[in-house]
Amino acid sequence: MAEPTASGETLVNVSDLKMHFPIYKGLFRRKVGDVKAVDGLSFDIRRGETLGLVGESGCGKSTTGRAVLRLYDPTHGTVSFEGTDVAHLSLEELRKIRPRMQMIFQDPQACLNPRMTVGAIIAEPLIEHESMSKEEREDRVVDLLNAVGLNPAYINRYPHEFSGGQRQRIGIARALALDPDFIVCDEPIAALDVSIQAQVVNLLEDLQKERGLTYLFISHDLSMVRHIADRVAVMYLGKIMELAPRETLFSDPQHPYTKALLSAVPVADPKIEATRERTILKGDVPSPSNPPAGCVFCTRCPIAEKKCFTVAPEWRELNPDQFVACHLA
Amino acid sequence: MTDVTSKQEAMKSFTDLGTQQRSQIRDIWDQFTTHKGALIGSFVFFGILFAVVIGPWIWTLDPTFVDIRSRNQGVSFAHPFGTDQLGRDLFARMLEGGRVSIAVGLTAMLLSVILGAAVGVVAGFFQKLDGPLMRLTDLFLALPLLPLLLVIVTLFREPLAASFGPEGGIFILMVSAIGITSWMQTARIVRGDVLALKERDFVLAARSIGTPSRRMITRHVLPNVLSPIMVSATLGIANAIITESALSFLGLGFPPDFPTWGRLLFDAIPYMPQYPMWVVWPGVAISLTVLSVNYMGDGLRDALDPRQRSR
Repeated sequence: MAEPTASGETLVNVSDLKMHFPIYKGLFRRKVGDVKAVDGLSFDIRRGETLGLVGESGCGKSTTGRAVLRLYDPTHGTVSFEGTDVAHLSLEELRKIRPRMQMIFQDPQACLNPRMTVGAIIAEPLIEHESMSKEEREDRVVDLLNAVGLNPAYINRYPHEFSGGQRQRIGIARALALDPDFIVCDEPIAALDVSIQAQVVNLLEDLQKERGLTYLFISHDLSMVRHIADRVAVMYLGKIMELAPRETLFSDPQHPYTKALLSAVPVADPKIEATRERTILKGDVPSPSNPPAGCVFCTRCPIAEKKCFTVAPEWRELNPDQFVACHLA
Repeated sequence: MTDVTSKQEAMKSFTDLGTQQRSQIRDIWDQFTTHKGALIGSFVFFGILFAVVIGPWIWTLDPTFVDIRSRNQGVSFAHPFGTDQLGRDLFARMLEGGRVSIAVGLTAMLLSVILGAAVGVVAGFFQKLDGPLMRLTDLFLALPLLPLLLVIVTLFREPLAASFGPEGGIFILMVSAIGITSWMQTARIVRGDVLALKERDFVLAARSIGTPSRRMITRHVLPNVLSPIMVSATLGIANAIITESALSFLGLGFPPDFPTWGRLLFDAIPYMPQYPMWVVWPGVAISLTVLSVNYMGDGLRDALDPRQRSR
């Protein structure tokens, strides 16, 4: 029952992670380029903490989450989980380490097999990794259903019989089945009603306290990230722009993209809201298959200088624990 | 402590709600029986099956016995379906022919569906095999089937007849010839569905659990492509029965005096103006079989789908 304060010990270390998807064209399916969905990420996640990963649609958040769990084979870089390089493990060894890292998906409808009962869905990881008798397994499934706040009498029902929030709980129960240390939450609340969002987030927080879980929490909802995350990484076009503890990031953002993102969050006071100054970004996100030279944000940056268009900014520690990729910060 | 009490509560609520372990087979059967068409279909199909399997022992007239004095007779108690131009009893011929036609239809359908589903699932699931397997499918689709069947039959009829007897040999030949020339549609449809299914999150979830590919296929992919497989299976039976008749008609199937529904149909065509019933009996039998199997397949598909079941 330890408090989920980050102990400082690194659980997951990602270094220079790149995930490029090749583009084939023409009659002979020649490779003509890459979609650089994730292009050189480095960060670590400490045991017991929640790292929030935010960014707009298509910036590579989900790809990062999947590459960290090796659901994709990364093009370059390493992902070490307690010192084991997950990105280059053989399939057999990977299978052994799978139980320790799990995933919660965005779409609670799509992540459950419509032809399996809830019991069978939650029991699948147990069948794959633990040798249990049928009764033990059933007990375990009932425990898990209780843990996520579902009535165990639903064990023989099918996913379509549940609401979105309940389905997400089933997904969480499946992720918890093998007692993992690390869970990637890929926008777990994006598809839910606001009232249900709070329930699911509270459930995730309670589970973290009880079981000492470590989360990589992917979201585009800044207020939710502010609520749940200990540290926050801001992504733009396959790269991390800024990584800082929650308080620092929200009170003293250094990167112009972070500032623009934060200024998009409305303030719940009409007087302030009417008068406050907003940074509004112009233009669109460039294509990840042809990112700009230099800083990826230079095309939309309000303060870009000549240097920004030619030289890629270095990933540097501006203040203790606050990392920024910007020349001008 | 809380664990124990909550589990007891859970067990109590099982009984409270009256939702004890629902047996899946029971569920499937309940849904199947609510589908009227499926019930009538299975009734008709099993009726036909029963008639052709048991019939020849009860209706003991020899289907090949030639009685030239009682030829071209109409419907009577002695000959419920009448007699043909050689005085052979048509009812006995229908029963005997049904055995072969249904056996060929079911076995050839099984073969082609298994082959098609296997090729489709493997091609859809393993990207590396997709190209080669689908080109193979295209190759089979491009082959002119009738000449191919002619070649297969002329090449293999003798050796097969020598090792399995004339009828057994020709049965194996028919079934495999029809099976390996009709799996392509199934393969293409199944592959398309598997490709779409592979991108669904629950397959990704299974991968993140570490489920190996073969169990991913049996647990997540196959049950979800059951509908198209079921549809091609029911249509496949009709296709097999009709192909078998066409082959018999060309003199490549079973020997000429050996009755099958297709052969009865084709034999009757020249006499259609004078004796239309000779065409009607086998025609109705083929249509009824195909239709009833179709309805059965429809009901089974609905019964196997949990989303349909709860309605």
